Amino acid sequence: MINFHYARANDVTDAVRQIGGDANAKFVAGGTNLIDLMKMDVERPTTVIDITRLPLKQIERTPDGGLRIGALVRNTDLAYHPLVEERYPVLASAIMAGASQQLRNMASTGGNLLQRTRCAYFYDTATPCNKRKPGSGCSAIDGQNRMHAILGGSDACIATHPSDMCVALAVLEARVHVASESGDRVIPFADFHRLPGKTPQRDTDLDGGEIITAVELPPKGFAANYTYLKIRDRLSYAFALVSVAVGLELDGDTIKEGRFALGGVAHKPWRDQQAEAALRGRPAKAATFARAADALLRDAKGYAHNTFKIDLARRCIVRALTQAARGTPQSQSSKKIV
Amino acid sequence: MTNIRADASSPFHEPTRRETVAAGGVLPVAAGSSSGAAAVPSIRSTAPEMVSVSLTVNGRTHAVVLDTRTTLLDLLREKLDLTGTKKGCDQGQCGACTVIIDGRRVNSCLTFAVMYDGAQVTTIEGLANNGALHPLQQAFIEHDAFQCGYCTPGQICSAVGLIAEGRAKTADDIRELMSGNLCRCGAYTNIIAAIEEVMRRP
Ligand SMILES: Cc1cc2nc3c(=O)[nH]c(=O)nc-3n(C[C@H](O)[C@H](O)[C@H](O)COP(=O)(O)OP(=O)(O)OC[C@H]3O[C@@H](n4cnc5c(N)ncnc54)[C@H](O)[C@@H]3O)c2cc1C
Ligand code: SF4
Ligand code: FES
Ligand code: FES
Repeated sequence: MINFHYARANDVTDAVRQIGGDANAKFVAGGTNLIDLMKMDVERPTTVIDITRLPLKQIERTPDGGLRIGALVRNTDLAYHPLVEERYPVLASAIMAGASQQLRNMASTGGNLLQRTRCAYFYDTATPCNKRKPGSGCSAIDGQNRMHAILGGSDACIATHPSDMCVALAVLEARVHVASESGDRVIPFADFHRLPGKTPQRDTDLDGGEIITAVELPPKGFAANYTYLKIRDRLSYAFALVSVAVGLELDGDTIKEGRFALGGVAHKPWRDQQAEAALRGRPAKAATFARAADALLRDAKGYAHNTFKIDLARRCIVRALTQAARGTPQSQSSKKIV
Repeated sequence: MTNIRADASSPFHEPTRRETVAAGGVLPVAAGSSSGAAAVPSIRSTAPEMVSVSLTVNGRTHAVVLDTRTTLLDLLREKLDLTGTKKGCDQGQCGACTVIIDGRRVNSCLTFAVMYDGAQVTTIEGLANNGALHPLQQAFIEHDAFQCGYCTPGQICSAVGLIAEGRAKTADDIRELMSGNLCRCGAYTNIIAAIEEVMRRP
């Protein structure tokens, strides 16, 4: 790790002033991703701005009946918040499916959105990686790519976004509130994370001078028919091979609205309008779910070690939609998949 | 002093000593030395930045001067001689370094100690009460919940946190909520039994 200057921000204005003036500065919140990457020499900030004392730790109701989550709310506090458990259980479930309790106790809402890929080459400074060093090449495309993307990848990068929480936020159509010296703006969740394209070094739409202040949830929480199903190499404390978050609104056996997003398969939580259109107005049964899965995976592309993910994703989608329709969401404690 | 920035001309904000103090009172004491010499540190320096930090560990307050890069884990082990907390992976992947900060279990390897200025830290050394083992320490012995013992301080601190959280109701819950603590010896069955026994005590 290189030496760095440690600074603290007192309020949001102070934080954006400090980051706006220093292209080599980074915020630290929970530190669970940044400190790891600094130890690996992947992140090399010369100034680290500690934002943990900023007053962004509240979870508040919004006038429209939604919820506003401060960027510094810890992952456990969010998952265990009574309003989240009751009205947005898909979010609580997705958070509890990620990392470990110690890490969730540290990790912040903003930091979770901005965590970087777990691609092993990204972590290994001895290998080429376009995300870490633009123009150096992608070691994964012809290398070990078992954990990598099957959707939305590019010739430059096939990394996946590792967050579980973000998969639920995609289904909930959260909005990301950000601030900078030039003002505030709100980014719809679907536009927050980017596809790699030719610039895989940019994970998100956030500018260097911006801070996330809050994540806002619209009123609709799909509390009756939801699930978060995560398939990984061990039962806990491992990143997803494939995960699926679902929110359904049913009218009897008919799907009024169906949303589902996939984790572990792309550079961002993956939703597909065509696939969701295949659910709308149809009976909530396996044949419908299979059609939606096929629609979502129509352009899926496997590499040497991850082609299995295409079939795995298909099965996970059908299973997750079934769980949600039956009102029997995946338990994150007993790992039995029903 | 040389500039470690790749682009020396890039605009950046160099805080003055006054700003740093105003920003929360963490005072860089001197670049490149822990002697407290009056030099105002420069972020251009290739030397480590030293900061004064005060935190309470197991009820005792320690005021120390540290390189900003020092993790709480390294502070405990290397400076405060509290070697009960273990370093396994140093990357958040094993739980051996678990301690309790302000009532929450966390991985001390993924913290900068300076971020926790003013915090209350409890480590495995702070659990016994006047020589009497903490109920979880006793239960780990009675249930034979370890072999080599390397993961044990982290397991026990994590279990203290788990019981304080009050979320675990079943053995499945314990298993899941303890998944951040790996045991290479595979003592899991007995670890769960020890925790469950203490958890179920009235
Ligand atoms: C061993 C291990 C296993 C894990 N397993 C999982 C898993 O299974 N599923 C999962 O989802 N996650 C997993 N994680 C990742 C974990 O969820 C993230 O590390 C965590 O959410 C990051 O949050 P943080 O607050 O610690 O971020 P930090 O490390 O503090 O910050 C991360 C990045 O965000 C920036 N940042 C932070 N807050 C803001 C803000 N408000 N505005 C602007 N920029 C900001 C920082 O500058 C930094 O670049 C795992 C992590 C580890 C170490
Ligand atoms: S997949 Fe992306 S992150 Fe991984 S080596 Fe290729 S460019 Fe780097
Ligand atoms: S040493 Fe901290 S988790 Fe392994
Ligand atoms: S007892 Fe040896 S690692 Fe757990």
